[in-house]
Amino acid sequence: MEMLSKIFVEPFADMVAAPDFLMQVIWEGLVSGVLYALIALGFVLIFRSSRIFNFAQGIMVVFAALTLVGLHAMGIPAWVSVALTLVVMFIIAVAIERIVLRPLVGQPDIILFMATIGITLFLVGTGETIFGGENKVMITSELGIPTGDVVLEPFGGFLLLQHLDITVVISAALLVCALLVFLGKTQMGRAIRALGDDHQAALSVGISLQTIWVLVWFVSGIIALVTGIAWGARAGVSFALEIIAFKALPVLMLGGLESITGAIIGGLAIGVLEKMFEIYWGQPLLGGNTEVWFAYVLALGVLLFRPQGLFGEKIIERV
Amino acid sequence: MNDMSPESYVTADGRTIGNVVMDMRDITLKFGGVTAIKDISFDIREGEIRAIIGPNGAGKSSMLNVISGFYTPQIGEIWYRGKKRPPMKPYQVARQGIARTFQNIALFEGMTVLDNVMTGRLTHMNASVISQALWWGKAQAEEIENREKVEKVIDFLEIQNIRKTPVGRLPYGLKKRVELARALAADPQILLLDEPMAGMNVEEKEDMSRFILDVNDEFGTTIVLIEHDMGVVMDLSDRVVVMDYGKKIGDGAPDDVRNNQAVIDAYLGVSH
Ligand SMILES: Nc1ncnc2c1ncn2[C@@H]1O[C@H](COP(=O)(O)OP(=O)(O)OP(=O)(O)O)[C@@H](O)[C@H]1O
Ligand SMILES: [Mg+2]
Repeated sequence: MEMLSKIFVEPFADMVAAPDFLMQVIWEGLVSGVLYALIALGFVLIFRSSRIFNFAQGIMVVFAALTLVGLHAMGIPAWVSVALTLVVMFIIAVAIERIVLRPLVGQPDIILFMATIGITLFLVGTGETIFGGENKVMITSELGIPTGDVVLEPFGGFLLLQHLDITVVISAALLVCALLVFLGKTQMGRAIRALGDDHQAALSVGISLQTIWVLVWFVSGIIALVTGIAWGARAGVSFALEIIAFKALPVLMLGGLESITGAIIGGLAIGVLEKMFEIYWGQPLLGGNTEVWFAYVLALGVLLFRPQGLFGEKIIERV
Repeated sequence: MNDMSPESYVTADGRTIGNVVMDMRDITLKFGGVTAIKDISFDIREGEIRAIIGPNGAGKSSMLNVISGFYTPQIGEIWYRGKKRPPMKPYQVARQGIARTFQNIALFEGMTVLDNVMTGRLTHMNASVISQALWWGKAQAEEIENREKVEKVIDFLEIQNIRKTPVGRLPYGLKKRVELARALAADPQILLLDEPMAGMNVEEKEDMSRFILDVNDEFGTTIVLIEHDMGVVMDLSDRVVVMDYGKKIGDGAPDDVRNNQAVIDAYLGVSH
């Protein structure tokens, strides 16, 4: 009885008793969730237009962050470093298309997936050679990202919001909006969606695979940079960052590999739910540290009932 | 090689047919052991409606795929506007002003009718990827221009009322029309239609025939048409190529072709 109460009653009683703390927990979860969503978006873009499950998404985040910090360390002003990092991400996109994707056109999906593992290893090696393996500090203040905090008093309680987190959430929201407008209202965006929808038809209206692939890898590169700055500002820049990409996996299982809405909602949901679980169930009952595995269990649970994910379309082989 | 004079002429219904715009020379296309096209030559004249007919599996779609760059023939040359065409990818052919539809409708099912037709304008994209991304104003101006053209096509094909409908929800006949709209949005010089009326009822067929004639008449678009319905072919086309087992067994005006013994045999010999 006592156990059941600890699982089914007390956590909710705690939430009601301290709504300000609940809001704090949700907010923290949301901030992580935003970053999971961004990484998942990068995956979805590439998957939709090329059927490639991009294992390299995580290392792209690290590589972008390392490049930014490294360039700044060479004495280049912060925002110029950002611009140069974007140039580097563009060059990487072109190189991946030329050297890896183009020769592998028409190969089975698994080969292309293996190729992205190759890209990962290459970026890890290159990154370590150029920038070294040790931890670095993100150039947060140099980029003008505020570091203070604000305190709100909802329900007469106490809610602390880091300026950094607010900036992350707003920038991510702006990036997602820009992306949606790009995909929905521009010809290039239509071309990307078209290619994801019907390959043959896309070719017949003059869409070049190569151009679109470079474009989606570059857009993922941009997303990777934003994610890298945000995450790096909270946790430092190191190759350990790569593991946040693994959080994108349950997000994709939840949201579906092809749905942009799914990636966003799935990311936010996992961020919030894993935080809530940790605080209200994990720490009191399981000794904490449940954030490492909770998302996977949740996603597996969902997969049992909806194999296509919450937002995925029917699973059909493409012809 | 051509049985007609190289000069342009005027048809009985007053349309001007120009010189040869595309010349297919000795085309052979093989898939492993199957020879889909055996040493076929024919030409397409500016402004004409050129039909390709033949029994199932004759190689008609394969020929269209060769023209549109989806298949590359092992042997043969394609001459376009007096120049030999190097091997090209489909998107390159599209950008040369050759648009097409597919026998099995190939639309972007998840996108609206309007967005589908807008993709037809991709061949006309001037601003490069980068300048599109960086220079919002220029991209906007192009977007507006494209929208105007696309709205005209949508009006022309009388699909205004479904502009915002996702294509996946449309009935078959309308999908065929949307596919034609997408091809027309490209302002093509040559339009390749693979069985545009297959699976349609009589009324839909009449509509589609009228649209095809109007496109040809109003815009002077050259049209290559694959069709099984003989009545339609005889009504619409200026000249007909007949294929059977990958070979060309007839080529000429509809009436000549109809009375050609080889053609009659081919059609009698195959059940439909
Ligand atoms: N991609 C392909 N791979 C292998 N064989 C093919 C391919 N495309 C066509 N063929 C073969 O080439 C031959 C001609 O096919 P094609 O589709 O061109 O005929 P068709 O005249 O369009 O027939 P239908 O009236 O049924 O559409 C057939 O034997 C077909 O099986
Ligand atoms: Mg066919």
